[in-house]
Formats: sequence, structure tokens, C-alpha cells
Amino acid sequence: MASVPKPVELIQIESKPPDQPWMDNKAEFKAGAYCNAALPKWLEILDYPYPRRWSVTDDDWNLPENWKEIFLKAFEDRLNRFRSFRLFMDICVRCGACADKCHYFIGGGDPKNMPVLRAELLRSIYRRYFTTSGKLFGKLAGARDLTEDVLKELFYYLYQCSECRRCSVFCPYGIDMAEMTILGRELLSSVGINIEWIMASVGSCYTTGSHIGAPPHAFKDTVDFFCDECEEITGIRPHPDFNRKGAEILFVAPSGDYFADPGTYTFMGYLLLFEYLGLDSTLSGYAAEGGNFGYFGSHEMGKRLNYKIYSEARRLGVKWILGGECGHMWRVINQYMDTWNGPADFLEEPVSPITGTKFENAQTTKMVHICEFTADLIKNGKLKLDKSRNDHIIPTFHDSCNPARAFGFFEEPRYIIHNVCNNFYEMPEDTIREKTFCCGSGSGLNADENLELRMRGGLPRANAVRYVHEKYGVNHLSCICAVDRAVFPPLLEYWVPEVDVIGIHEMVANALIFPEESERKTDLRLRPLKGFESEDTDED
Amino acid sequence: MNFIHAYYFSLFAVVALLFIPYLGVRAGLEAFFGIIIPYLAFIAFLGGVINQILKWARTPVPYRVPTTCGQNKTLPWVKRTIRDKFENPESMLYVIGRMFMEIVFFRSLFRNMRMELRPWQKYPEGGKLIYWSNKWLWIGALAFHYSFLIILLRHLRLFMETSPSFVNLIESVDGFFILSTPTTYVSGIILLISAIYLLLRRMLDIKLRYISLASDYFPLFLILGIGITGILMRYFYRVDMVAVKELTLGLATFHPTIPDGIGAIFYIHLFLVSVLFAYFPFSKLMHMPGVFFSVTRNMAGNNRWVRHVNPWEYTPILFSYMEQEDLYRKQMKKAGIPLEKDIDLEE
Ligand code: SF4
Ligand code: SF4
Repeated sequence: MASVPKPVELIQIESKPPDQPWMDNKAEFKAGAYCNAALPKWLEILDYPYPRRWSVTDDDWNLPENWKEIFLKAFEDRLNRFRSFRLFMDICVRCGACADKCHYFIGGGDPKNMPVLRAELLRSIYRRYFTTSGKLFGKLAGARDLTEDVLKELFYYLYQCSECRRCSVFCPYGIDMAEMTILGRELLSSVGINIEWIMASVGSCYTTGSHIGAPPHAFKDTVDFFCDECEEITGIRPHPDFNRKGAEILFVAPSGDYFADPGTYTFMGYLLLFEYLGLDSTLSGYAAEGGNFGYFGSHEMGKRLNYKIYSEARRLGVKWILGGECGHMWRVINQYMDTWNGPADFLEEPVSPITGTKFENAQTTKMVHICEFTADLIKNGKLKLDKSRNDHIIPTFHDSCNPARAFGFFEEPRYIIHNVCNNFYEMPEDTIREKTFCCGSGSGLNADENLELRMRGGLPRANAVRYVHEKYGVNHLSCICAVDRAVFPPLLEYWVPEVDVIGIHEMVANALIFPEESERKTDLRLRPLKGFESEDTDED
Repeated sequence: MNFIHAYYFSLFAVVALLFIPYLGVRAGLEAFFGIIIPYLAFIAFLGGVINQILKWARTPVPYRVPTTCGQNKTLPWVKRTIRDKFENPESMLYVIGRMFMEIVFFRSLFRNMRMELRPWQKYPEGGKLIYWSNKWLWIGALAFHYSFLIILLRHLRLFMETSPSFVNLIESVDGFFILSTPTTYVSGIILLISAIYLLLRRMLDIKLRYISLASDYFPLFLILGIGITGILMRYFYRVDMVAVKELTLGLATFHPTIPDGIGAIFYIHLFLVSVLFAYFPFSKLMHMPGVFFSVTRNMAGNNRWVRHVNPWEYTPILFSYMEQEDLYRKQMKKAGIPLEKDIDLEE
């Protein structure tokens, strides 16, 4: 792991742009601010072009002989297939409204992390090769030749964008760097440039079923272990099953939730809720990953991974699909799933078997967000809840970029939080909802070697957490995203160590009163509930 | 090319453009600058704009990707304010509303704020991020675009025998604020001030200076040039407006004539306008028609209940369930997971 300077040092941010014009500056690869090159084995598994060993700091990236030609052809192809891409190449006026909206620029100060300049890196190539003015006037028209240095610069900065879309909220024309980053990464892939963290996750998802590389039986093992834990803490043992044909509902969670704390507690939360309801649902070892690591760098790969969900739902003959708390999973479900792999006409319009509520809003995708599902249960009085069991938790809520800006899912999680705990505080208005700040590690950038960039990118979010921590004593950051639950612990450990990370359904399960439960003295993490602290102190 | 180069290049380019018609008129080329150039510029403008719009329109929209800035329509009881309905539109009607807000009121620019990192000793890390509401760019942009629009509309009277009543109305409102003869139009003054603001902003803000290209300065200088020559012509040189109208009306009715006695300043003004028109389709000024095509704004957030079809969707290589079962059949059996092709573990 790269060593990161201390917070007090890191926060001294130099944001004066250099004297030379940006077109003449080569990218300087700073340790801690880039992700490692992908190993050839993943590319081979996935049928990606030009698998080979190379390293980001090498002078020679071992590119294919005619890389330029391939790259430009791929560029032209995207221009012809995506109106967004073509338009965003043409209409930016460089007004700078987006400039200080990117968390990487705020936390790092590198001018090429201003969304407008990140996009100009691509535009300069576009103008040079695809516009008359660029061909005629070159640099005067903002055009420049595609060289290996330019390619390296693109790699560096396209992998310093977490595809969070915050810039697009503020741009008067809705120019969305996230869209361009996905496409730009496709172009890089076309000449064999990929990062290990993404390709390893994608490669694992593709064959074993989840990004952590757990095949079906290992998945089952892990879930069985969670059932033991649940039983020990609550006296209730959930009974999940796997690949069961004829179940009413297929439940798909992000694999982050059965991989590491604190996501695992959220997963236990799902299991306990389903047990409480006696829900006729099944898990799948094939569609074992809701999180889609493919679309971070390629629409096609996103589709290849997403395909498994509908295909498994069809095989098992379920009626509809329930999805766990995950950010990029829900961006994909909302924006792409039906278009990529639909129509899901073999499924039925989702109806909650407990409340009878029809989810008309999920009429064609046939997939319901677990927070909608639970909010509906609470609204209809189907859950017996004891809010005070979360009294040791003072949460704030982080709107994850994807559900926020690529879906618009703000109210349901808040509704649940209000119903399962007593103390909830919002972060400042400019840092939540559609203006929310990224965790700093989205879109596949949560590699260990990339730690400094992540800490920098996470500064705006962490700083807002710091604010509510100081002001209201907030001690938990709640969220509905598995990447968040994986990357916030190190981020907060670094910036605001007093604050923990928690999923919504972990809080639901804490509050849920089972008819025959054992007396609850701890939460799912075995921390004493308020009023039971003393009993535990001896052991500590 | 650095800031100084981009800046001076654009400035000199516009100054050079002033001399061309000036010298031309002195050489007796009024017809060239009064008829041929405007026609050519107009053809370039129309052709260029249509061509570019067709290019955008012909490019497919594979996915429905609105940037959602409000609560999506989910369960009926879930709170949705009127703002949510516009900023995460559920149907075409609200999409139109959203676009209207963007185009007429520059909604997204209104969100603008400035970030500042303050030393803050109360926090252990020693710094606090503060966000200021910052509406200057929004005000400047509104002032600039609306004064431009009003000026453009006022000029319609030059191309019609009798000017339509809305043009007269605009004129009288525009001339209402400053009492003088000839009438002083505030729009001209606002245009100049806002253009200078946009220019200074670009030059003085180090971030903006860093991102600015020659093609950002050039249109600003050009518009300033047009504004200044217009004002000079109207208030100082006092060109013969009857003659000017004869020329412009001639252009509009395809009976071009060159009346005598219009000063060179008019030809300079007309030439700069022609350059702006001809330059428009090949520049960032295309953001004007472009904004209508912006897929993050002009699409509804209704993906989960209305299917979007991608015209070029294809089937890539996929990994099927059976392939996975083939890989792990034995272990799955051991773990008690149901199989498609059952096996006997004893064998
Ligand atoms: S806000 Fe939009 S138009 Fe302005 S610089 Fe950024 S991308 Fe360009
Ligand atoms: S999408 Fe997010 S990370 Fe990327 S440039 Fe925009 S604000 Fe920055």
C-alpha cells in the first residue's frame, strides 16, 4: 500500500495551475494516484484485445503496432453510436461552472481534474482528427496530435474520474464527464490498456459469479456462517436457499455485502428481514453479484455481466427480482438493464407478497430496490420495530452518486432511517442529494495502490461528515452502496476516525422485533445497546 | 499556445477583421461587403448549422441517461416536490418543463457555487470546505444572452417593410430606461458590460485562464466588436438609417442594392456580423442548438416502467449458467445446491 501523507499535510492543497499551457504538460504518474495495469490472464478470460504484461510507470507500454489507428477507429465508432459523446465533444463553452465541482479537483488541486479539462483531453483529439477547424488550425482551435504521451495522460486522468456525474448537475448543457469517461476507457481498452482492479473483479464475476471470486458453494458457505451469527445474536436463524426453482423472488445483492465488514452486517440484515417475513425468495450462485464492475469501463462488458440476472430469473422461473443496497448496481438496473438484456416479459410485474403493493414503477424492469420494498412494509405497518435499539447509533446519510444522479433515489432510505432510529442528522445541503459528493473510490478506483487519490477524492465527503460529527455527535455514516461500505471505513479512518459506516438494513435488523427472539443486548456487531453498556465493560 | 497567445491572437484577429471592410469600402467594394459577404455568411450559417444538427440528430441515443436531480417517481406515497418532478421528470410533459427551465432560466447554472478550503483549527485535519452560493456567472450569462436576443430581435425591423408589433414593443421597453435622442437602448449597454465581465472573468480567474482557448476569446472579442461598432454607428457617426434599411431590406427581399452615403462604419459592423454568422456553426456557439439535444436533460427518468430500445444493441459473448455449473458441479452438489445436470458423488 502506498504511504499517504497525514491529513494535516494532505489538506494543504496547491491549486494554482502551472505556467505552461495544459496541452504541453505531460502527465506525471504520482505514486498513490494511479491503479496498476491489468494482468493478461483476465483479458484472456474475457476476450479483451492485447493481453500482455506492462506497467504504468514503464516508458514503453508495449502498445500494439498500429495503436493510433485502432484508437481513432474506436473513437469514430463511439462518435457514431453515442449522441451524448458527439454532442459533448461539440458544445462545451468552457464556462468553468463544473470546474470546482469535482471531488478530485477539490481534494487534489490538479487542474486536469477539473471536469472541463478532463473532457478537453478527449476533445483535443476529437478536434484534431474529426473536425475541419481542428484539422486546419491545430492548436489554435484546441486540437492536438495523438501521441503516446497524450494517451498516457488520458489513462491517468480517465482513471481519476469516478463517473459520479456531479459535474453534469452543474453544467448548463448537462455535459456528463461520467459518460465520456466510460467511453474513453473503452477507447483505452481497445488498445489493451486496462486496470487490474477492474479487470480482476470483472474476470471473477464473469466465471465464478462474484467480484470476490467466490463460486456458488463458497457463497453458500459464507451465507451459512451469517446465519450462525444471526442465530447467536438474535436467537433467530434465517433459512436462505440457493438456486431454488419456483421461488417467487430472486434476491440479488452486491457481493461486497458478503465479503467484508461492515457490508456483512447489511447482508445479515437482509437475511433477518426475509426470515421475519417468511419471504419466498432464493439466492443464486450464478447471479451472485449485483454490483456491475463491467460498465465502469465498457458498456459491452456491463451488459455481459448484467445478462446473468435476467437469465437466471428465467431459468429459476421466479416472478420478479429484488435487489440489495448497491450503488452502481442500481445505476445499471435503472439506466441499462432493460435496454441491454430485456424485455423481461417472462417475469411478472412485481407485487409485494406481504402488503399486496404493486410496484408499477418497476413495470418493465421487474426489479425492486430493497429500500422501496422495506419502506412499503413499514408504511403498511408490517414490521414491528424498536427504534431505541439503534439509540447508540447517530447516523447521517450519504447519498451514493449512482442512486442519486443516475436514478433519483433519495426518499426511501431516509424514510426507513426515520422509522428505525431516533437520531438522524443530514449533512449540509450542498453536499447531499443530487449535489452529493463521491466516496472518492467509485468506478473501480478503490485499488490499494491508489490510496492517496482516494483520500483526496474523499475529502469533500469526509469534511461534511466531520461537520455533522462535531455539530451533532454523528457517529455513523449510513449508505445504500456496497462500494461505500468497502471504501468509507479507510476513508473515515483517515479523516474522521470517530465515525463508522453502516448499511440501512443493518439498522432495520437491529430494530426488528421477532415474536420469539432472545432478549437483545447487543446489535448485529455485538456492540452493547444503549442501557446495556455496563454488562459488557468487564469483558472489554 | 498559452493564455497570452490565445488572448492576443484572438484580439488581433478581430482587429484585423475591422480593417478588411474598411479598406474594401475605400477601394469601392461596397457591393462585395454589403451583398456578397452577407449572403455567403448566411449560407454558411444555415448550411453549417443544419449540417451539424443533422449530425447530432442522426447519431442514435442508445441509452436513456438523464442526470436525475430529484426524487424518481416510485411508490405513490413517497414524497415528491414539484421541483423533483421537473428535475427527475417522469414524462415528456415534465421533460419539456425541465428543458424550458434550462433554456429560459439557465436552471443548472443557477445552482452554481464556489468552493473554498478554509484553515479551520477546530478540526484535527485543520481545514474546512465551504460552499458559497455564487450567482455571478448566472447573472452575467443571463444578461449577456438576453441582451443579445433583444438586440437581434430589434434588428428584425431592418429586414421587414413594417416591423411587427412585438418588435415595436421590445424597442419601446428597451428604450424606456434612458431618456435621450436618439433613443438609447439599454440592451446595447448591458451586452457590452456583460461581455466585458465574461472576458475579464476568463482572463483573471486563473482556473479559467488555464482552460481557455483562442476559440473562447475570439467570439467574445467579435461580439464586443459588433457591439461597439453598432453603438458608434448609431450614436456617434449617426449613419443614415434610411439608407441602411434600404440595403438590409434589399438583402431580405433578394433585391440587393447599395444605396449611396452609408459610412464605412456600417460596413465594418456588417462584416463582423457576417463573420460571426459564418463562424457560428464551426464553434462552441453551437451550444445554442446543442442544448436541445442534451441527453442528460431531455430524457425522462422513466426507465423502470418504459422500456428504452437501443437501435444498435447486439449480443456479445456471454457466460451461461450451464458453463458455470460445468465448472463447479461437484462442489455445488456437495454443498447441496440444486443442479440442472445432477451427478452422483459416489462415482
Ligand atoms: S460546465 Fe459544461 S459548458 Fe461549462 S465548462 Fe463545464 S462542461 Fe463545459
Ligand atoms: S464525473 Fe465526477 S469524478 Fe468525473 S469529472 Fe465529473 S465530478 Fe469529477
